[in-house]
Amino acid sequence: MKEFKGRVVAPGTVTAEAVVSHGGFNTLASLQGALQFGDKKATCGDQNNPDLHGRELAGKAVCLPQTIGSTTGGLVLYCACAMNRQPACMLFSQPIDSLAAAGSILASVWLPDVQMPVVDSLGEEFLDYVKEGMTVTVKEDGVVVVE
Amino acid sequence: MFLTDEQQAILNGSQGETMAKVWKTLVMYGDTFGADKMVPVTSEYNHLVTSFGLKMMTPVFDLMQKLIDDGAISQQKFSVDPRPVDKNVPANFLQNFIFNKIMYATQESYESQLKELGLMDDNAFTCACYLDQMGNKPKKGEVLSWAESSAVVYANSVLGARCNRNSGIMDIMGSIAGYVPHFGLLTDEGRKATWIIKVQTTKKPEAQLLGSAIGMKVMEDVPYIYGMDKWLGEELTDEACAYLKDFGAATASNGAVGLYHIHNLTPEAKEQGESLIAEGAQVYVIDDAELQRVQDNYPVMWKNPAAKPKLCFVGCPHMSFQQLVDWTERVEQGLKESGHKKVLVPTVFTTAPAVKAEFEKTEYAARLAATGVILSYICPLMYMNNPLCKAMPVMTSSNKLRTYTTARYYTEDEILEKITKGGN
Repeated sequence: MKEFKGRVVAPGTVTAEAVVSHGGFNTLASLQGALQFGDKKATCGDQNNPDLHGRELAGKAVCLPQTIGSTTGGLVLYCACAMNRQPACMLFSQPIDSLAAAGSILASVWLPDVQMPVVDSLGEEFLDYVKEGMTVTVKEDGVVVVE
Repeated sequence: MFLTDEQQAILNGSQGETMAKVWKTLVMYGDTFGADKMVPVTSEYNHLVTSFGLKMMTPVFDLMQKLIDDGAISQQKFSVDPRPVDKNVPANFLQNFIFNKIMYATQESYESQLKELGLMDDNAFTCACYLDQMGNKPKKGEVLSWAESSAVVYANSVLGARCNRNSGIMDIMGSIAGYVPHFGLLTDEGRKATWIIKVQTTKKPEAQLLGSAIGMKVMEDVPYIYGMDKWLGEELTDEACAYLKDFGAATASNGAVGLYHIHNLTPEAKEQGESLIAEGAQVYVIDDAELQRVQDNYPVMWKNPAAKPKLCFVGCPHMSFQQLVDWTERVEQGLKESGHKKVLVPTVFTTAPAVKAEFEKTEYAARLAATGVILSYICPLMYMNNPLCKAMPVMTSSNKLRTYTTARYYTEDEILEKITKGGN
């Protein structure tokens, strides 16, 4: 078990199973197919992400460095939240990027019933340590426990 | 973040709950990135990324309707990304049914929403709104609230405007408020390069391949690029701008680049030179072998990698007028050499509606049509986003299209060879 401390971008607490992307997470490429064609598990469709391609994302603790790609990324994340197919939480090793930040902020302001805690700046060691299938607990103060 | 009394009052609800939420969204966005204040949006027009009446976007339509109902309307007119359907683009009966009756069934009602929110005109649909014919070309130093990754990187890098990589919805929020948070690419510090790229190829690198390599390496950082003035010159000619349009789109989609500087060419690099490079910048050298390595590592997503392509898209982002002219001549020459009259793979060139209209006034339109190439305003990415098209072997010279779909990437020369001379 190991604890990491990050910055809270969207508050909340949750415990979920980790899926891990070591490269940039392309939100549009990852989620568009799942949202469009009714995949409630939000299976990752990004062919360029060998870590996550084919993995379920809904309800998982998505551990990643940053998001990349199209500027639809934020609204795709917002739609995933509105359709209740969002990750349980998003945990960034680096400072959050503008698209992921937009998605999580839009959800927290305009979808008050939806919760998706977001913590960033957890450090490279976090992404080195956390492995797919590990249990991740996010605490209110930005502490992330991996076991 | 510092807010004026008036801004604080709006945030507290002086203009109603919805306007307060618009401001709360923008302030939270700014606070996340350490913005010190809100600054006015100074461009004449905005550009939005959300052009498609996709069923999965219902939550966005609901939000847009709330904004309209509560009078939170954009203070600027705007252009928007390309339309997702065009009857001229080849599609079978089933594909047409899925496009029109299922996927984009809400396109018409969504376009009505866009008009209410401030759409420039019925033809303001393109990812390349900055092309001269489209009329949405910001000036150097103007502050924007744009989204569309390829347009943002072009506006920042080639035009010298200032815009963060805003997400869809965040784009319209800035336009409604008339202000955006001051951080990142809006600041002098945020426009400094933390990567030095040395291009050392023996021939002019393919724009979308070079952009892909740089995007994947630097991710969201700002690169300062040496060695391209040798291939592009030191003036922003039509040819150089078209190259930078395609190059930038690849940096932004294969990575998350919002601004690049090209030594001796782009406006800030010409003015400020190497003072734009931050201390401790990392270095990435690109030669022929590196570009080949990058291309060889693209996954082939076709079910049968040896399949004959059934469709070809050129023009993601949308082609410029000069690119259409050049491609027409290249296709004609290729067909002449092979002895064929028409292209051997159904091929679609995509461009902005106003560019298409201007092109169609010239002799080149008939010449291009004679080669069998279809000219469309469609967004190829939206065309490809369904299981039927996913299963088709589609090829493209666009690294952006490759990234988001199952389309297979080839260089422009390879595409030309395949559509005019055949072969897998």
